[in-house]
Amino acid sequence: MNLLKKLLGWIDTRFPLIATFKEHASEYYAPKNFNFWYFFGGLALLVLVIQILSGIFLTMNYKPDALFAFASVEYIMRDVHWGWLLRYIHSTGASMFFVVVYLHIFRGLMYGSYRNPRELLWIIGMIIYLALMGEAFMGYLLPWGQMSFWGAQVIVNLFSSVPFIGHDLAILIRGDYVVSDTTLNRFFALHVIAIPLILVLIVFAHIVALHEVGSNNPDGIEIKKHKDANGIPLDGIPFFPYMVVKDSVAAVVFLMVFCAIIFFAPDMGGYFLENNNFVPANPMKTPEHIAPVWYFTPYYAILRAVPPIFGSQFPGVAAMGIATVIFFFLPWLDRGKVKSIRYRGLIYKTFLTLFVISFVGLGWLGQMPSTPTYTMIARILAVVYFAFFLLMPWYTKIDKCKPEPDRVTSK
Amino acid sequence: MKAINKKLWILLLLLTAPVMALANESNVHLDKAPVNLKNTASIQRGAILFASRCLACHSASYMRYNRLMDLGMTEAQIKKGLELPEDVKLGTIMQAVMDTNSAKLAFGIAPPDLSVIARSRSADWLYTYMRTFYVDTSHPSGWNNTTFPDVAMPFVLADLQGTQTLQVENKNGHEVKRLVLESPGSMCTAKSAICTDGYDAAIADLINYLVFMSDPSAIVRYNLGYFVLGFLFVLLVLVYALKKEIWKDIH
Repeated sequence: MNLLKKLLGWIDTRFPLIATFKEHASEYYAPKNFNFWYFFGGLALLVLVIQILSGIFLTMNYKPDALFAFASVEYIMRDVHWGWLLRYIHSTGASMFFVVVYLHIFRGLMYGSYRNPRELLWIIGMIIYLALMGEAFMGYLLPWGQMSFWGAQVIVNLFSSVPFIGHDLAILIRGDYVVSDTTLNRFFALHVIAIPLILVLIVFAHIVALHEVGSNNPDGIEIKKHKDANGIPLDGIPFFPYMVVKDSVAAVVFLMVFCAIIFFAPDMGGYFLENNNFVPANPMKTPEHIAPVWYFTPYYAILRAVPPIFGSQFPGVAAMGIATVIFFFLPWLDRGKVKSIRYRGLIYKTFLTLFVISFVGLGWLGQMPSTPTYTMIARILAVVYFAFFLLMPWYTKIDKCKPEPDRVTSK
Repeated sequence: MKAINKKLWILLLLLTAPVMALANESNVHLDKAPVNLKNTASIQRGAILFASRCLACHSASYMRYNRLMDLGMTEAQIKKGLELPEDVKLGTIMQAVMDTNSAKLAFGIAPPDLSVIARSRSADWLYTYMRTFYVDTSHPSGWNNTTFPDVAMPFVLADLQGTQTLQVENKNGHEVKRLVLESPGSMCTAKSAICTDGYDAAIADLINYLVFMSDPSAIVRYNLGYFVLGFLFVLLVLVYALKKEIWKDIH
């Protein structure tokens, strides 16, 4: 015990170990009324760690070569000890990352977590989301199946619709005139080092920014308004040990779902691992039906819903781009008097519900072949999607809000 | 109490997530393949049929012969059952007898590798496909298939199922297509000429094998999965108790 104390003392005179632990854990105060929706930030961090760890071991056995990539994945599945487990952890992790991140973002929408003083926290979070989409997209090319190849081909071709620079831009991304071995190599480099490095850095920044302003809570009020004589928020409890044990419960439940998928349904009926991706990439044979993985389908549906203008697909591409980037502007679009949905009026609740319906609906349509009826529905839902954001300054202003409580409530 | 109920509901909902995964749809009617990976005898019978018939033209380049030991077969049993020459190393992959170039000349297209065919095509599709070949003299191979029209593959199991023909009837302006067994094959056990039950059972074995081969981890995964979930459940109880204990002063 004495030796441990001495060691701690030795470190502490050279590195702010205890001070950091206090500031970010034992004396970092989180609102005590966190509910179910507040688990997903921590779970996203857990999935990030799972992905990095399983990814390291996959990299040891995978070959980023158009001739060997597909076979090397099957080699991992069959000949590498526990290789199938590593691969299924990583493929399930990719989808579950988006599940928790979408729920995490939805939490932000419900409780107004993007509002003052958390605008920058929200913006950093949206950068993480964009980086995550890039990471997932590039990782999906690596198994080198038909969907990997044609999905990448379709998405990279989107860039060629950008006026003037499009053609060169697409070549710059692919490193070739079509998706090829060169593309596979650079996507591999970006997937295993460039983007993960950026992700880890901005996730760190996300947490630093969070700890600067403190967490929002289901009531959408600031716990820092009421402090005791020692400057501790009255409705706050230390992150360590309270939030750590609470999040641990959530983590175990999450792992149960995660493992149930890995062990019993790793391809989730074609949603997590697409059937067509078990056919090796063939540049000479275009699949009948190309659909992105489920987490990209809402944007893909928006892309297809916008009709081309003067034969150019660019409007659709622009709409898809705006649909992802528009989240950045939420802090300034929302003019509501209160943050939390608990004290918002009927109008906001209606718009948020419609937004969720449009997002899920577009997600479903994005993986279906396009028919005139589906395209029409996709157009209506895309309008609803954008209306949620563009009309927000108006409807949040006229919405009848209920008075916020002074202190947090527990339900 | 109400809060606990809500949590339980959410937990249940999350746990049903894998079950709610929907199957992909198709425009051809597919029969349900009776896949059962617990039936190792069936998978073994399927492996023998696969080795004697399919491996003539198709490879399974990601499948090693000794993987069959996962099913409880010994090296001797694999060699004997699959009629392999004595000097064949069981660590080698299942390679087609016919080389790719000859196959291209014969069929116009290289027969696909079958290692993961059950994952790309689905068991139901394969089960239906292997039972819907019919005589079509307009076709170079002499065969056609209702599940996979104009397929290049000739029906190599005709001696087992027998020969089917396609009969098109006009019912109230709708074309109704029906396969009729003209002359039963060696696997037809019942007296009635339309019976294909023996053949269907053999194909069920074959599909069972193809599903096993497409992901040999499955037979390990299912058993292991229950232990993992059991462990996590015990952990959940402990972590939840710890949380309750630490949170008891928070109101």
